Amino acid sequence: MKKKLFKVLAASALSVGLLAGCGESSGQSGDTIKIGVNLELSGGVASYGTGINKGVQLAVEEINAAGGIDGKEIELISVDNKSDGQEATSGAIKLTDQDKVAAIIGAATSGNTIAQVEIANDKKTVLITPSGTSMVVTVNEKGKLNDYAFRTTFIDPFQGTVAANFAINELGVKTAAVYGDNASDYAKGLGAAFIETFEAAGGKIVKEESYIAKDTDFRSTLTRIKSADPEFVYIPGYYEEVGLIVKQARELGIDVPLMGGDGWDSPTMVDLAGADALNNTFVTAAYSDEDPDPIIQNFVEAFKKKHKEAPDGFSALGYDTVYLLKDAIERAGSTDSTKIKEALEQTKDFPLVTGALSIDENHNPVKSATILEYVDGQMKFNSKVNPE
Amino acid sequence: MEWIQQLVNGISLGSIYALIALGYTMVYGIIKLINFAHGDVFMVGSFVGFYSIVGLGLDFFTALVLAMIFCAIFGVLIERIAYKRLRNATRIAALITAIGVSLLIENGFIFTWGPQPKAFPDIIANGTFEILGAKISIKSILILSISITLMVILQFIVHKTKIGKAMRAVSHDNEAARLMGINVDNTISATFAIGSALAGAAGVIFGLYYTKIDPLMGIIPGIKAFVAAVLGGIGIIPGAMVGGLVLGVIETFVNASGFSLWRDAAAFVILILILIFRPNGIFGKNTREKV
Repeated sequence: MKKKLFKVLAASALSVGLLAGCGESSGQSGDTIKIGVNLELSGGVASYGTGINKGVQLAVEEINAAGGIDGKEIELISVDNKSDGQEATSGAIKLTDQDKVAAIIGAATSGNTIAQVEIANDKKTVLITPSGTSMVVTVNEKGKLNDYAFRTTFIDPFQGTVAANFAINELGVKTAAVYGDNASDYAKGLGAAFIETFEAAGGKIVKEESYIAKDTDFRSTLTRIKSADPEFVYIPGYYEEVGLIVKQARELGIDVPLMGGDGWDSPTMVDLAGADALNNTFVTAAYSDEDPDPIIQNFVEAFKKKHKEAPDGFSALGYDTVYLLKDAIERAGSTDSTKIKEALEQTKDFPLVTGALSIDENHNPVKSATILEYVDGQMKFNSKVNPE
Repeated sequence: MEWIQQLVNGISLGSIYALIALGYTMVYGIIKLINFAHGDVFMVGSFVGFYSIVGLGLDFFTALVLAMIFCAIFGVLIERIAYKRLRNATRIAALITAIGVSLLIENGFIFTWGPQPKAFPDIIANGTFEILGAKISIKSILILSISITLMVILQFIVHKTKIGKAMRAVSHDNEAARLMGINVDNTISATFAIGSALAGAAGVIFGLYYTKIDPLMGIIPGIKAFVAAVLGGIGIIPGAMVGGLVLGVIETFVNASGFSLWRDAAAFVILILILIFRPNGIFGKNTREKV
């Protein structure tokens, strides 16, 4: 048994060596540009990874049909990280060492992306996560920038900023209350950003309250909020509690607009809160397939044609990530990853499905967010809000 | 008029605690067992209510009655299967069994129906009216009237009927009651049936009022109701009602004073204070006599 294992190891070591020997200069072999995809194609969060993958495939197909990047076709090399951090790490090693890709797209979750960040930095290969929202993807815990890591989606606190701008500029409110989950980083990030932006824009926070996950009785706190008489209530949290909060708030006669982040987005939300209670509530999201913007409508149509289904937010982000990369490679005029990285850092107002995107000094996107409004239990496109 | 509104919130919450606490107190009064599975009977009640409304298309009151009947049978089954043979065992053995039964019901439910929460259908018109500036929903009134009605019926059963007399006799001294020709086993089963039916009713009301039901929903209300029962004096029926209402109102006012994160802690601080200063509860007599 041991001997056999040794043989297998020896054989694989040999083949890796052979393959590495065959590799050519980074990211380019003949007429193609190699791009790695390291996604959750199976395992616990496979629905995120496969969603992104469908968007990525569509974008690559379109680009290649239109003549590729500077005449070179994109060649996708896919790795399934099985929704597992270690698999993500070894996948990144394979893509950089063996395949010598120009850049890696992935992973879907923050955790599986962070598992690849060190390798991307070491091998100087650009890594773009379409949907990882954690701060530490691009800036490590000590506050140092991860040079080669980027993302396409907005970070958590950004939604709070957008919500505050929407409340002040579009709804025209002057006072707001914030009622968020006490224990989730997501809710705290959104809430803090909301308060900061709202107050900076001249608004007044009249009440700040928090709840504990799994609570069911929010009436007494909501009564306090009601007596403070805010014109708007921001409720960052997940649908399980928010559904009940919205319902109970309406029962107590809080008729002002309510708003939250993408944590509200679930079909169960409508069951819990009821369609009536959800009227006059708003949600920040990456994009809406109802948005009349032609870039979005073209994407939705092409996606439906290729995959015979409607795209979700993850597909849109995957699609955008490929175009973001294409733009950077074109501007860099090279597939050298360091040059791509520098070009990515210069990205400014690049139009994408999920909004015109610029990259800030922390490698986070600055882009418009979409506001969805619940109308009789359906999420409808309301407007787009720019971060400024 | 924030305080009136808060009082209404507190009484609604408290009457649910009171209904569950009644079951704890009755079972304790009669066999000195703290039935930790009682909170799970409450959960089963709300699921029976949910499926009778969503699955069978029944109206609210029929669903309520069905849930009460189902839980009464369920409670008797628990007693017959898990507790009966431990009647003469140590009290700690019975207590541990109760915890085991509780875990079995919770996890059995998760295994069968999954852990996702379900949304209880909104079948009562969502009307509200105003009293002194407080918005009072039809639902709060309904909850309160159902709770009071059930408690009145319970008082009637305990004090005016034959089975009630038997229950009081067994609670006083079960050996003597047996010698007087009372069927102790049946009396105990009746106690479980009535207590569980009340928990079942509380479950359906809870679902209507709070919408979200899940297999682990019985744990916290179960513990709170236990605190309520101790607060009122465990084993004393009016004590459980008052204890439940007091606890609900205190919790709501703790919340209303801006200490929302301390709400659960408040219940246990009350429990500790009661155990230190008045271990027999509000209604308890300061004797070592059985209640």
